[in-house]
Amino acid sequence: MSDPILKLEGVFTDIAQYHILQGVDLDVPRGAVTMLLGRNGVGKTTTLRTIIGHWRARKGRILLDGEDITTTPTPAIARLGVGFVPEDMGIFADLTVEENMILAAVSGPLDPNRLERVFAAFPPLKTFWRAEAGNLSGGQKQMLSIARVMAEERRLYLIDELTKGLAPAIISTMARALRDLKARGASILLVEQNFAVAKALGDHAHVMDDGRVIWSGAMAELAGDADLQERLMGLSVEA
Amino acid sequence: MSAAPQHAPKMAQLSLSDRLGPWMPVLLIPILIVLGFLAIPSTSSWLTLTVSGLAMGMMIFIMASGLTLVFGLMDVINFGHGAFVSVGAFVGISILLMLGHMTEAPSLVLNLLAVLAAVLVAMLATGAMGWAFERVIVKPVYGHHLKQILVTVGGLIVVEQLIIVFWGPEEIYLMRPEALQGAITFAGAALEKYRLVAVGVGLVVFAAMRFVLRRTKIGLIVRAGVENGEMVQALGYRLRLVFVGVFIAGSALAGLGGVMWGLYQEVITAHMGNQAMILIFIVVIIGGLGSVEGCFIGALLVGLMQNYVAFLEPKVALISNIGLMVAILMWRPMGMIPVVKAK
Repeated sequence: MSDPILKLEGVFTDIAQYHILQGVDLDVPRGAVTMLLGRNGVGKTTTLRTIIGHWRARKGRILLDGEDITTTPTPAIARLGVGFVPEDMGIFADLTVEENMILAAVSGPLDPNRLERVFAAFPPLKTFWRAEAGNLSGGQKQMLSIARVMAEERRLYLIDELTKGLAPAIISTMARALRDLKARGASILLVEQNFAVAKALGDHAHVMDDGRVIWSGAMAELAGDADLQERLMGLSVEA
Repeated sequence: MSAAPQHAPKMAQLSLSDRLGPWMPVLLIPILIVLGFLAIPSTSSWLTLTVSGLAMGMMIFIMASGLTLVFGLMDVINFGHGAFVSVGAFVGISILLMLGHMTEAPSLVLNLLAVLAAVLVAMLATGAMGWAFERVIVKPVYGHHLKQILVTVGGLIVVEQLIIVFWGPEEIYLMRPEALQGAITFAGAALEKYRLVAVGVGLVVFAAMRFVLRRTKIGLIVRAGVENGEMVQALGYRLRLVFVGVFIAGSALAGLGGVMWGLYQEVITAHMGNQAMILIFIVVIIGGLGSVEGCFIGALLVGLMQNYVAFLEPKVALISNIGLMVAILMWRPMGMIPVVKAK
């Protein structure tokens, strides 16, 4: 794991009086999918929100390509090429699909080639191009949220809960879209509850508990070791 | 991997009320006008009242539009918004008084040039004042509603007193420029020229705002920011700058509204903005905080209601707008066009 695109060193984040992150250390290697796993409430979402700057780290450092972005304002972090898909998808319901995409292209007009790629990955977005995004189904909204980060070249993708509440057919559409991104060399940090998806997509994994990373390694290693999963996440895949 | 899932558009049959729902706020305006027609015995009085109601509504809209966006975008309650109305009126009217030779001349071009100059200077002054107000008074209290109320009311009082320092405590009476005096007769009804102009200006401002909000990227950012400011920042836009811009534009519009209101009343006082704030708040609340369209419809309803009721039952006029607000909030508690808020 030399030269990671993103590095967190001993990051502490408080929300109000609660100490949510208590010294998170993690690396996101370049050109790979890194899974951030763990039970509910261990700090996965807070980790992503701290990276993008919605919450501020009280202590520790966040390095993007070696550049310290710990106190950089959110818009500047985004313009450094960090694409963020929040847990609630962050769709602008009042705007059309088209307008959502126009906003997603921060540095200029939408690139038609990228748009073709988006439509190929998510055909419903073409159908509903001029519809208000608020009227989309849950799956279509998630497609739009991924499409938005695809609207520009990004150095790093932060995706919180790719498949939450989605039907199996749509989960496979999402997984395919992410695999495409990865094939183009994207670096992705992905929070995911669906272990099957994590297993299929992830190259590396970090497992969190209680505001810390308690295990880091290859996703394949974690996927192949049921005892380890049980110990780290208290989950049994068979159930 | 399975084939791409089918997502055929679903066109479920909607009930009549579902289909009418989104249009109901707009329909309220013609409904109110028709009710006025039925209640007011003379057609010419009805026409006169309708035009003055619409004129008043347009002016309230111009004053209120900035406030609704400021609230929508940054959740800032600005009780000091009326200060821009007063300052706009005093600056604009002072310019008009200075250009007395132009406003008294019986030349339409000279009259309009004088008004244009007054409006431009007033908008520049209130825009600049908005920038300072935002930096000094509003910025330190982001996210604290109680403090916002206290400090912006304080700001309003300071500005009112400053007006008295510069212009004195007396109200200033003025005459409209020649070209804007008098009335035209249409279908037996006397329609004041100035009110027709006010309706025209209001429509132009509304159309321009809609154009900016719907057709430009900065407008998209504002609309998206009203809904979910955090996400707008995560996409890479500096919402704070956008907000300052909206605050300045909204202050300048309030200044424009102040000049128009002053010309309408033909008298200005340091407290006129404060007095207008009651109507402005009613309009912003019944429209749906953050919605420009709602603010527009709400302003027209308030203007019409006020004029009709003042004619039919003068004693009820004082509470007619509060009654309208109560009725609309019982129907739609978040206002006529509620703004979707992500949180």
